[in-house]
Amino acid sequence: MNRKKLKSKSDRAIEAIMVIIVLIFVLMVLYPLYYVLIASFSNPYDVYAGKTFFWVSQFTVEGYQRVFREKAIVSGYLNSIFYTTLGTVLTTALVLTTAYPLSRKEMPGRTAIMLFYLITMYFTGGLIPTYLVVAKTGLLNSVWALILPGGVSVFNVIVTRTYFETSIPKDLFEAAKIDGSSHIRTFLSMVLPLSRPIIAVMVVFAMVAFWNDWFTALIYMNSKDKYPLQLALRQILIQSEASANALSGMDGGYAEANRITELLKFSSMVVGAVPMLIFYPFVQKYFEKGLMVGAVKG
Amino acid sequence: MKSEKKMENTQKLRKLLTKTGRCWQLYLLLLPGIVLTVIYKYIPMYGVQIAFRDYNPVMGFSKSPFVGLRWFIKFFTNYKSTEMIRNTVLISLYSILWTFPIPIVLSLIMNQIKLERFKKISQTILYAPHFVSTMIVCGMLRIFLSPYGGLISTLVAAAGGNTGTGLLDRAELFRTIYISSSVWQDTGWGMIIYMATLSGVDITYHEAAQVDGANLWQRIIHIDLPELVPMIMIQLIMSFGNLMNVGFEKAFLLQTDLNKGTSEIIATYVYEQGMLKGMYSFSTAVGLFNTAVNILLLIIVNRVSKKAADISFI
Repeated sequence: MNRKKLKSKSDRAIEAIMVIIVLIFVLMVLYPLYYVLIASFSNPYDVYAGKTFFWVSQFTVEGYQRVFREKAIVSGYLNSIFYTTLGTVLTTALVLTTAYPLSRKEMPGRTAIMLFYLITMYFTGGLIPTYLVVAKTGLLNSVWALILPGGVSVFNVIVTRTYFETSIPKDLFEAAKIDGSSHIRTFLSMVLPLSRPIIAVMVVFAMVAFWNDWFTALIYMNSKDKYPLQLALRQILIQSEASANALSGMDGGYAEANRITELLKFSSMVVGAVPMLIFYPFVQKYFEKGLMVGAVKG
Repeated sequence: MKSEKKMENTQKLRKLLTKTGRCWQLYLLLLPGIVLTVIYKYIPMYGVQIAFRDYNPVMGFSKSPFVGLRWFIKFFTNYKSTEMIRNTVLISLYSILWTFPIPIVLSLIMNQIKLERFKKISQTILYAPHFVSTMIVCGMLRIFLSPYGGLISTLVAAAGGNTGTGLLDRAELFRTIYISSSVWQDTGWGMIIYMATLSGVDITYHEAAQVDGANLWQRIIHIDLPELVPMIMIQLIMSFGNLMNVGFEKAFLLQTDLNKGTSEIIATYVYEQGMLKGMYSFSTAVGLFNTAVNILLLIIVNRVSKKAADISFI
């Protein structure tokens, strides 16, 4: 009795230490995000004077008022919504239509086609040859340049194929065959409805990738009004360009323009990050599962 | 005899053809993906030959004048090439060194915490940075590292560190910045597969060990950790197989004129030479060198791991 108590006591001490370690890590992950949020509602001078470590200083929503008047941000937002929607739909459809045939063992040439895709995972033409082909096919400066050159995500195909192979009962395929259902009908009316979890995973992966992508747009889009949000953010965050409306409001002089530029940095980061940060907790269980399927087979 | 075999062969062929014919709808489904892959993956592979040519847009991939190894020689005689290769490899190696073990340790700890609510919320929070774009992370880093009251600069100064020059402008700090922000961003995401693997550990092992007087720490080391080993091996092999594919985005976005000595990696150089300076052939040659080294590494790693642990991924 005594021994058992002692044992659980030491376990409890260990567990307490573990909780503290996790807690410290969680706070370290959370704090920078929290800091940006606080700073976005504060006077930028106070931010840089170190007055916003814990709470807002001189509460203001000016950053947000300005950010939505920033042409680059607004058009970037609309572009990103459009690119993300179209890209997600198309790439998810491609993954599904590629993964399904590859999961059917009766299809001749299955291994060869898989190899055809696997090669593209390890060997690529590289930046310039790909750029030249995209340019040659007339995609420059169009939304298609952001979607089509990415082609089919091989990793996602493998994950989805594994799901089709393992999670849909084989009897169902037999039954469909006996009923005389064609492959495409089986795919559309039987496989897809049974694959909601994996489709959700693919949609999540694609959405995050398109929403956060900027490099493809940097290479292939040459007019600024077609820039996605991330590139609009680049002008503000990385290149630190004074915003147009900050400069036009130069009545406050250089200092005023500078203040607005700094203010915009924080509010634009919040505005840019919030959609995905609100969205992911709802689909958490899906991507947790999806990654697992991929890791086991991949 | 011969004709019999021939007949058998034609029969086999006919059988294959009917089998193929029955699957035509499957091929139809595959078609869009295959067409895209041929156009945007395989034609660029064919285009890699401009690394050995002096690319001329009018003459195209296969008709531009052949120049042999000129671009490769140009790259290797450049005094900066060793530095770039070194930067690429070092960022990768140090990244693996840090970003690899931390999710494992944290998963082992997290898995044994009994407070379910706390565990769930912690996990959700740890995923958050993965959903923040590289652009925003780099924007945050630039602000935090700014010498004019940036969060991290302030903390460093308070700890007695020198922040006279911007921290991001100090080449010797670049890797630290790069890697610690990766730890911040990817630890939670990296934990997913380990947590999922650990959730499959048979609870009776723990109960039996508990009866035998093993404490929690001992049980983690002797029961949980061994369960993770196969997954750890696979992940480790995959990261070594990608050694030369350093994340371009962060290096590019965090690069300043002053930190180039450590932040210039092969990928940023390929971009700069190709997209900004229009040196198509030269840039392709440098990129090809990078891909070739990576494939070589992949093959070596694959062979070694196959022998040592019977794990292969190609």
